[in-house]
Amino acid sequence: MPTKRPKQTTPKQPAADATRLRVRKTYKLYIGGAFPRSESGRSYPVHSAAGDLLAYVAQASRKDVRDAVVAARKAFAGWSGATAYNRGQVLYRVAEMLDGRRDQFVAQVGQAEMSTAEVAAGEVVSADAARAQVDAAVDRWVYYAGWSDKYAQIVGGTNPVAGPYFSFSLPEPTGVVGVLAPQDSSLLGLVSVLAPVLATGNTAVVIASEDRPLPAISFAEVLATSDLPPGVVNLLTGSTAELAPWLAGHRDVNALDLSGVVVADRKALQIKAAGNVKRVYAPHEPDWFADPGISRLGAFVETKTVWHPIGV
Amino acid sequence: MSARAKSPVFEYAPAPESREIARLKPSYQIFIDGRFRDGSGDAVKTINPADEQPLAEVAEAGPADVADAVAAARRAYEGPWSAMPGKERGKYLFRIARAIQERGRELAVLESLDNGKPIRESRDVDVPVAAAHFFYYAGWADKLGYGGFGPDPRPVGVAGQIIPWNFPLLMAAWKIAPALACGNTVVLKPAETTPLTALVLAEIIAEAELPAGVVNVLAGGPAIGAAIVEHDDVDKIAFTGSTEVGKIIQRTLAGTSKRLSLELGGKAANIVFDDAPLDQAVEGIVNGIFFNQGQVCCAGSRLLVQESVADELIDSLQRRLATLRVGDPLDKNTDVGAINSAAQLARIRELTESGVAEGATRWSPPCELPERGFWFAPTVFTGVSPAHRIAREEIFGPVLSVLTFRTPAEALEKANNTPYGLSAGVWTEKGSRILSMAAQLRAGVVWANTFNRFDPSAPFGGYKESGFGREGGRHGLEAYLAH
Repeated sequence: MPTKRPKQTTPKQPAADATRLRVRKTYKLYIGGAFPRSESGRSYPVHSAAGDLLAYVAQASRKDVRDAVVAARKAFAGWSGATAYNRGQVLYRVAEMLDGRRDQFVAQVGQAEMSTAEVAAGEVVSADAARAQVDAAVDRWVYYAGWSDKYAQIVGGTNPVAGPYFSFSLPEPTGVVGVLAPQDSSLLGLVSVLAPVLATGNTAVVIASEDRPLPAISFAEVLATSDLPPGVVNLLTGSTAELAPWLAGHRDVNALDLSGVVVADRKALQIKAAGNVKRVYAPHEPDWFADPGISRLGAFVETKTVWHPIGV
Repeated sequence: MSARAKSPVFEYAPAPESREIARLKPSYQIFIDGRFRDGSGDAVKTINPADEQPLAEVAEAGPADVADAVAAARRAYEGPWSAMPGKERGKYLFRIARAIQERGRELAVLESLDNGKPIRESRDVDVPVAAAHFFYYAGWADKLGYGGFGPDPRPVGVAGQIIPWNFPLLMAAWKIAPALACGNTVVLKPAETTPLTALVLAEIIAEAELPAGVVNVLAGGPAIGAAIVEHDDVDKIAFTGSTEVGKIIQRTLAGTSKRLSLELGGKAANIVFDDAPLDQAVEGIVNGIFFNQGQVCCAGSRLLVQESVADELIDSLQRRLATLRVGDPLDKNTDVGAINSAAQLARIRELTESGVAEGATRWSPPCELPERGFWFAPTVFTGVSPAHRIAREEIFGPVLSVLTFRTPAEALEKANNTPYGLSAGVWTEKGSRILSMAAQLRAGVVWANTFNRFDPSAPFGGYKESGFGREGGRHGLEAYLAH
């Protein structure tokens, strides 16, 4: 459960036209291209870094995890079988949609994130800092969109085997990847871990930052309006500690990204992941603004080698 | 005897390779810090699976030896090895490659004695491909910056490597060569039933004058493997073996910073379409499942044949199997040798019996098996359903399960319906179908119109529960470089 102490109990929204009542958003899950509530009927309050109540978001359950995995598996053949050019275009479209909603994300990231010092001082993250996060997130997505039709040429190739055979090796997506999104960096961190999973053709089940889920849910709305096939990304909000073991132990999940899990909690999940020999990526918390390189692209691919005789 | 009894048949004369060539010693020692010594574990007799006679005594490692070996590997790593220029490391590997070639016949005979595999295979595959691996990775040692892992890639440290009994020398080469090329040091544990060629490889390494501790070879059983996996000063584990043990290792390493690569079991589909060249396909099916008595993780153990040609194909497969020569591994005419151990033979028998019990039809060619030793006749099951254990579980023996399909989509569905994903085969004359199947088969290696091809330049490894990481090629460096 969230640990932030609310300062006040009534939801506070940005100032609006004084004569008009704002229409508030219901924050739900994103599974198979739809936005359902949790099947459990549960929700939990989310507060801004300053302590204001922002919303009650869906608190996903074990069954929601399973539904999300089913949706991700169903989407895998289509997404992994799409041309790399097509995947690149769809991902670029995501960046276009994200850029078009920059102001919304700047406001949400600003509400969600602030430094300890700023909390102490009772300030919100400055709009400039939030804007820098959103801009970096858009650029990060564009970066990975461009990789989708280039990565295979960087890491694949022909094998000069000693015999009358043509042999080549190519990267292929691992399958369904369970992504435990970073807890602190609510948007830039999320896109930095999700985009490389998708660029190489995997589908994903994402568990959003527990205390800062609103940018992630809004990002799911971006995905839903970007020609991304339903089920390619499924996003759950709720308790990471509750949901992660079900994802880690799920036999139809091929890989796990533990970015959003503190080191002390990773061991138990890695043990569960061994049940079906999951690929587990457990990096140190990086500087999300730094050049990401290509290591995340390599974390969730398989190398396939194909042989055929040469003859007349 | 051949079913084609009407045509004249020339009998084979025995053509045995001499066991003297193996230079068997009465006893073998483990290799730590550049020196051979008796291990502190039990002295165990390794036997010839073809006749159950003892070959030699091996003084196995105990826990104290693991500690010494890891300490020696650490000293060698911190000392000369990781600081050595790549071109010098490479020259040591070239020396090893050449020495394996020079002693190739000896190693082949020794391998066949200890493992039970036909001399034709140890001579033509195991030993030359082992030498080729050292030769290939030798050349990488001074070119790592071009491998795509950054401009100045660094080694991982001390690598613990645990290998199986099906290709004892070849697996040692697959593990040691890339590790050393990248500047790591090694503690290698060969399988308990097949330690001899790895210990001769240690001799070759000593004669090549590698610095002490760069390679350490510990004979021993599962407890020694576990001790290596659990040792705090080992930086990386590379394991080839069963999926069951692979999962235990993955769990053991949870929460540690140790790197891991796993090459585990398989249940490969070998798919034959109705337009395939059937005679070639039959040869590929035989090679796929009877190579090394089927004790191959990537064996083509599930034959998926298109319904319209199933009868014709099975008929010709049975005729071909009747010509297979099962027997003395040292005879150069032998196609199918001995099963490696009593335990493995028991597992093959248990699973085959389950095939009969579950309703599949069992067939073997007429063949006389030697009275002593661990033998199992080539076996084909027809009428196999995907739910049968013999269609789902890795048998690791000369047992083929035949299933049929009607459409390419059904073939794919059946082929991919397994937790494994190591290899697959496709037989068809249609190029577009090959590429389409190859793209959709969830397996690390796809052989089209061929099977069981291995090369040091070609990455090998599994999808799903067949493991992760690749061995061979540029990709094989990744497991031994820091990142």
